[in-house]
Amino acid sequence: MMRWLGWILVSLTLGGCAAPALRGTGDLGVVIERARGSVQLVDTTQRMALSRIDGLGDLSHASVVFARDGRYAYVFGRDGGLTKLDLLASRIVKRVMQAGNSIGGAISQDGRIVVAQNYTPGGIKAFDAETLELLAEVPAEYAPGKFSKVVGLADVPGQRFAYALFEGGEIWISDFSNPRKPVTQRFPAGLQPYDGLVTPDGRHYLAGLFGEDGIALLDLWQTEKGSRKILANYGRGEEKLPVFKMPHLRGWALAAGRAWLPAIGRHEVLVADALSWQETARVAVKGQPVFAMASPDGRQIWVNFAHPDNGWIQVIDTLSGKVVKTLQPGRAVLHMEFTPRGENVWISARDDNRVSIYDTRSLEKVGEFAADAPSGIFFTSRANRIGF
Amino acid sequence: MHERRRTFNVRPMRTVAFFFMVLGFVAIAIAAESNSVANSTELIRLVRQDCGSCHGMTLQGGLGTPLTREALAERSAETLAATILYGRPGTAMPAWKTLLSEVEANWIADRLLSGFPEEQR
Repeated sequence: MMRWLGWILVSLTLGGCAAPALRGTGDLGVVIERARGSVQLVDTTQRMALSRIDGLGDLSHASVVFARDGRYAYVFGRDGGLTKLDLLASRIVKRVMQAGNSIGGAISQDGRIVVAQNYTPGGIKAFDAETLELLAEVPAEYAPGKFSKVVGLADVPGQRFAYALFEGGEIWISDFSNPRKPVTQRFPAGLQPYDGLVTPDGRHYLAGLFGEDGIALLDLWQTEKGSRKILANYGRGEEKLPVFKMPHLRGWALAAGRAWLPAIGRHEVLVADALSWQETARVAVKGQPVFAMASPDGRQIWVNFAHPDNGWIQVIDTLSGKVVKTLQPGRAVLHMEFTPRGENVWISARDDNRVSIYDTRSLEKVGEFAADAPSGIFFTSRANRIGF
Repeated sequence: MHERRRTFNVRPMRTVAFFFMVLGFVAIAIAAESNSVANSTELIRLVRQDCGSCHGMTLQGGLGTPLTREALAERSAETLAATILYGRPGTAMPAWKTLLSEVEANWIADRLLSGFPEEQR
């Protein structure tokens, strides 16, 4: 009897969302509609949009992390809004304004802490993932009275978060073992780190540098050894091209034993050995890369480009190290996301108001749907990956 | 100068006529300036979307500084146009001169100072 009552309660709660059947969350995701301030809830099995959730504020630069149960999504908006979504009920659970100008966020190893990285006020803020209650903040005060914009925030094992300070030129690691009393370590990075990422095993944190050629590397297993610089002078002193859009590092990962990195101010993807971190090759591409994203199996790298080449996508085969396909998915391609095991990749074309779905073997388009100025695409498979 | 000013005082009708004549010139000048970029819709999109990737779509700032009318109150159109064309060395602001003409940079600078138009959606 009690069980039946329970089911009736559940159906009543979920009743309003036109999702009557029980379902899992492993094939769900969200597509950001940047100008409208909404997300579309999508299904990667059916390859379609299920519903739209409005009222998320300024999403002109938005990112999303997922609770480890895959049910809740945390959306970080440009205006400092942090919104918790219930994907199963297709609704906003909670929304707080946590900063004036924000750039993204991350979720802790145990899924209990959500951290936002902010430009204004420069620093990070930690929230209870359940209630969005503020737990602690770490102002990015790198010198007395001087605050930096924070970039490249990533969760790393041990309830820690790694991030870089754009003006401060440092990498910081904050340990939230005690969520209300974080402990922070500082390491030199170099001139103007613009983004960062952690390797899939959670061992290395890398911060790309804008102000100089090179990447700062920190071994999180041996932080006592300090940070060092890799791929220094990859521009070989040549004047770099004007950079019309900062690359994003979150997508790139290790593929086929090598790291594939967007070069700053060059029409190149840099390739480095993932053990020695020495440069092994460069792949000439159509424009300045923004995202160079490895497919889940590491066989392909999909690359999109900054304005004015943002109508193109190129696919690099990691075995041959060559571009094997050039695609035109639409005007202003902003983001790509692989399905959990990589049979498809979803691509947003902002100015064509369209999300296109490509098969990664045939490299042919297999589907598309309309979206209002779509930008970021985020699937729940991120919930189970370090650094996402 | 003195001569003309006195004339105005003496002949109000002529003053009014002159006023309208000046107004006409200003209107023509504004129209000419607006017409000087054939692609204003594209330029508005470029500023909102592509400049917006650093300065924010609402131009409230991001990695780049805010570009709202209030934030730019102390700046002149000339320095803004120069910043657009030649960038700011030592910062992430690139030179847009390979993508924008001087006329387009001036057009953008003028509109930033008076509050940048929204994209027509």
